[in-house]
Amino acid sequence: MSNDKEVLLEKVREFEARTGHTVDSFPDDPNNTASVLKEHRYLSEPLSPEDAKRQMSARSRRSFLVGGAAAVFGVFGWRWISDETKAGLYQRAFRFNERVSQIFYSPKRLSTEFALDQVTKPERFNGGEGLDGEIATADWRLHVGGLAGRTDDLILTFDDIKNLPRTEMTTQFKCIEGWSTIVHWAGVRFSDFAAKYAPANRDGSVGDVANRPEALPRYVYMATPDENYFVGWDMPSILHPQTLLAYEMNGEPLRPEHGAPLRLASPTKYGIKQIKRIGRIDFTDERPRDFWSQPEYGYDWYSGH
Amino acid sequence: MAKQLEKKHGLATRWMHWLNFPLLTVMIWSGILIYWANPVYGIRLFGYELFTFFPAWFNEYLGIPFRLAEGLQLHFFFMWFFAVNGVVYIIYTIISGEWRALLPIPESFKRAPLVALHDAHIVKKLPPQGKYNDAQRIAYTSIILMGAGSVVTGLAIYKPAQLSWLTTLLGGYDWARWEHFWLMIGYVLFFVVHIVQVALAGWANFRSMITGYDIVDAVVPVEEPPVAAPEEVAA
Repeated sequence: MSNDKEVLLEKVREFEARTGHTVDSFPDDPNNTASVLKEHRYLSEPLSPEDAKRQMSARSRRSFLVGGAAAVFGVFGWRWISDETKAGLYQRAFRFNERVSQIFYSPKRLSTEFALDQVTKPERFNGGEGLDGEIATADWRLHVGGLAGRTDDLILTFDDIKNLPRTEMTTQFKCIEGWSTIVHWAGVRFSDFAAKYAPANRDGSVGDVANRPEALPRYVYMATPDENYFVGWDMPSILHPQTLLAYEMNGEPLRPEHGAPLRLASPTKYGIKQIKRIGRIDFTDERPRDFWSQPEYGYDWYSGH
Repeated sequence: MAKQLEKKHGLATRWMHWLNFPLLTVMIWSGILIYWANPVYGIRLFGYELFTFFPAWFNEYLGIPFRLAEGLQLHFFFMWFFAVNGVVYIIYTIISGEWRALLPIPESFKRAPLVALHDAHIVKKLPPQGKYNDAQRIAYTSIILMGAGSVVTGLAIYKPAQLSWLTTLLGGYDWARWEHFWLMIGYVLFFVVHIVQVALAGWANFRSMITGYDIVDAVVPVEEPPVAAPEEVAA
């Protein structure tokens, strides 16, 4: 260290002798050490070594006490907060992040689409909740609640879904665990489904997905037929043009483990939100329950990209 | 010889510096909890896996397995404090003029190796310097760029649909995750070197990061304080 200071001091004096400038007011001179030294230095009045030591000791005592207290307060303060309080804090943080995300959200921004030859093979399987037992496509029914002009569920068959406009996309499927695969999906845009089967607006009028999305209920609830798996979606994400009610995966009808006959597929949220084997859909203004965001699991309800 | 107290680090700099310690610890720790759910990185050479991130003993010793949700909770809460601390630091550095001491100058890239050789006791003479030497200028600027890199790659993983242009720019989702991971390894390496350098620099240097001050030989030559007359000493 003293070596550094000697070099520095030598250069300062040399420069001062040559130019008549003081160390605090150097002109630009890239070829001289001085260009470095135009940094400001904050120096006290000259002091005797004893005074310097005394003043330094006083400052040290104060700063180490404050720093130590801050460290102790930080560590023990954090430990003192109960787990329930922390869980609430994290939930509020998730909600805050959700609100910030929605401020910047635009349905016009699309997720990257890939070429067919980039599809991941073999495809990956994960998550079998709500898929117990077998269900024949002919026996499968979709219950839809919250539609305009009715209080009971509308019950649809697989053919009703197939009759809606078909959309294909090759997108990245992202698992909350951190891995991703590229999948080719075919199915019906949720927005097309909701245009055909119009939900009731918050004020009870007939929903218009394309022109008045702001009047719609704020959420959609979806569950497997046995309701052992269920998800909640915010309306903007589910109306995103890349959110599909999918019935084909990689060119073949959905297999049972991937959610036959109808599942959700969307690059706008993690896989945990892309429910398989959908048995019911509800349009609702109440924030729906969501399997993995239940307190015992603690994942982000929004989980949106 | 006359001394002066030199203010080395402002109160704001010191707080922001020390806040990084718990913040980076929590971000790295929670990041490792998240990473465990898909631990795919390692150091491979000619097809041999030299090192796996992370070995089983490491995960078991630290109790890392099956804590993905907890990792996400911590990461997406403390990320705000980490990012805000960094942004405020950059703004402060610009406004206070501290950037002059911190940004590399053209000569820095030539002279930094000489500083390293000097630190390794191979070369005697230390290149001229200001508050920080050229290696420090490069290191302290790099760590800020790495921090910015962590925020940017993190955003690309966090919002790959809405920010798909950013994710694409970084080479895609998987690459962005890889970059995010290796920046973390970079912090750990920086930390190790930083600790060694601080230990070698000595107590006064460490103390200056806490108190803000250091005792220096008077930079501007001053008259020696008058020597007390013998009779005063006797009295």
